[in-house]
Amino acid sequence: MNKQINDKNEYKNNVKSYQPKPPYLANCLKAFIVGGFICAIGQVISNFYIYFFNFTEQTAGNPTVATLILFAALLTGMGVYDKIGQFAGAGSAVPVTGFANSITSAALEHKSEGVVLGIATNLFKLAGAVIVFGVVAAYIVGMVRLLFEKLL
Amino acid sequence: MPKIGTQTWSFSNVFLQSTGTAVGPDEANGPLSSTFDKVYDELHCGEENWELAERKLMEDAIDFCLKKGAMQPYGVDFFLAGDLLNQIVTANYVARGNKIPFLGLFGACSTSMESVALGASLIEGGFADNILAAVSSHNATAERQFRYPTEYGGQKPGTATYTVTGAGAALLGRQSSGIQITASTIGKVFDWGIKDPFDMGSAMAPAAADTISAHFKDTNSSPDDFDLIVTGDLSAVGSPIVKDMLLEKGYDVRDVHNDCGLMIFNSDQPVFSGGSGCACSAVVTYGHLMEELIKGNLNKIFVVATGALLSPVMIQQKESIPTIAHGVVFESTGGKM
Repeated sequence: MNKQINDKNEYKNNVKSYQPKPPYLANCLKAFIVGGFICAIGQVISNFYIYFFNFTEQTAGNPTVATLILFAALLTGMGVYDKIGQFAGAGSAVPVTGFANSITSAALEHKSEGVVLGIATNLFKLAGAVIVFGVVAAYIVGMVRLLFEKLL
Repeated sequence: MPKIGTQTWSFSNVFLQSTGTAVGPDEANGPLSSTFDKVYDELHCGEENWELAERKLMEDAIDFCLKKGAMQPYGVDFFLAGDLLNQIVTANYVARGNKIPFLGLFGACSTSMESVALGASLIEGGFADNILAAVSSHNATAERQFRYPTEYGGQKPGTATYTVTGAGAALLGRQSSGIQITASTIGKVFDWGIKDPFDMGSAMAPAAADTISAHFKDTNSSPDDFDLIVTGDLSAVGSPIVKDMLLEKGYDVRDVHNDCGLMIFNSDQPVFSGGSGCACSAVVTYGHLMEELIKGNLNKIFVVATGALLSPVMIQQKESIPTIAHGVVFESTGGKM
């Protein structure tokens, strides 16, 4: 038993011993395996497009990402992706499938509020931050590069 | 005088006339399945969206409660209800339907016992002959309101709780019955700095410990006077904390304490550290615990519904979580319901 659990100021530290520790190592391992597995599937899809269609290693990227997004959206709709997410954590959140899941889940959630104010307004509720920071980062990197090109 | 001590009301002629409960699929797969009046095997409860599903649950719980109490809606004096959603929409829309004079309540997950405590005080004070008290919560509406979209694949930590899908209703009145409501202790708001919305057990434990110890002081009682002291949704994290807090204050509740959030689900169900939500304490109390009181397996219980007064906006503004707990004493009179 902790000493002075009724001490308000030390409460946040004292209750730590009651809380289950996040299994960091197991979580990393699961994320690595599931994340790697998703990427392996991506590689299979990419090879499929190169082998059967007229794509090169450079151009196969777009249809591959689109296919992964489709799969992730379907799994979200079927109620599977959130269970994968609870198991895999970052493993299923970081790849493009996680991005697709955040958009599809928001669309499903807000369907009851209508197409415009529900789905369209809330579609990027979670993914919006990724887009904002992506655009801002791209702008900054682009400007820095331009600056160096002009100067050097 | 009905007020005793600092924050406790004592009641001498308030009885529980009947109760009604309705739950979703996960609760139906739990150990208390047989104690619920209505069980749905899917989360939508046959409705178009989650909000309608929650409303359906509350309407079902009330229907069963009134039917068992042989009461018509127009015979009820006042309707006290609340839920977890913004503007307590479930309670408001149910009240729109039943046309009973209505007082909407919000105390987060403590609303279950808040409504019973207030209802009992109205009856004791002569302001009503009978009161219908109801609360509801729904896993999907709570997820959407407080966390992420239902199907979003974010990982939750082990301290998280799982919102119970269900609703509970209780009809209180003066007519003598098998269960008497003898006292209630109104809690103060506590905030000891927990900011993690996925750890409400730690956040709510100080409020629960304070309400329980205040009740002992106000009524001059001790843990030995109760067969069961049950908290609403402290879960596997908050329950040991509240026990240690009370032990430090000089009250050993270890043998008589349990938590509704731990009772409602089996340990192999994927519910993290346990159940939460208004309905958690309501369906366990109005279903299982009332049955035990009627059967005589329990004689006197203290139900302490715990509530995290959580707002996602405040959390994003880096505020911590205020919490509250209200307790009600139910006693068996030896009679039938």
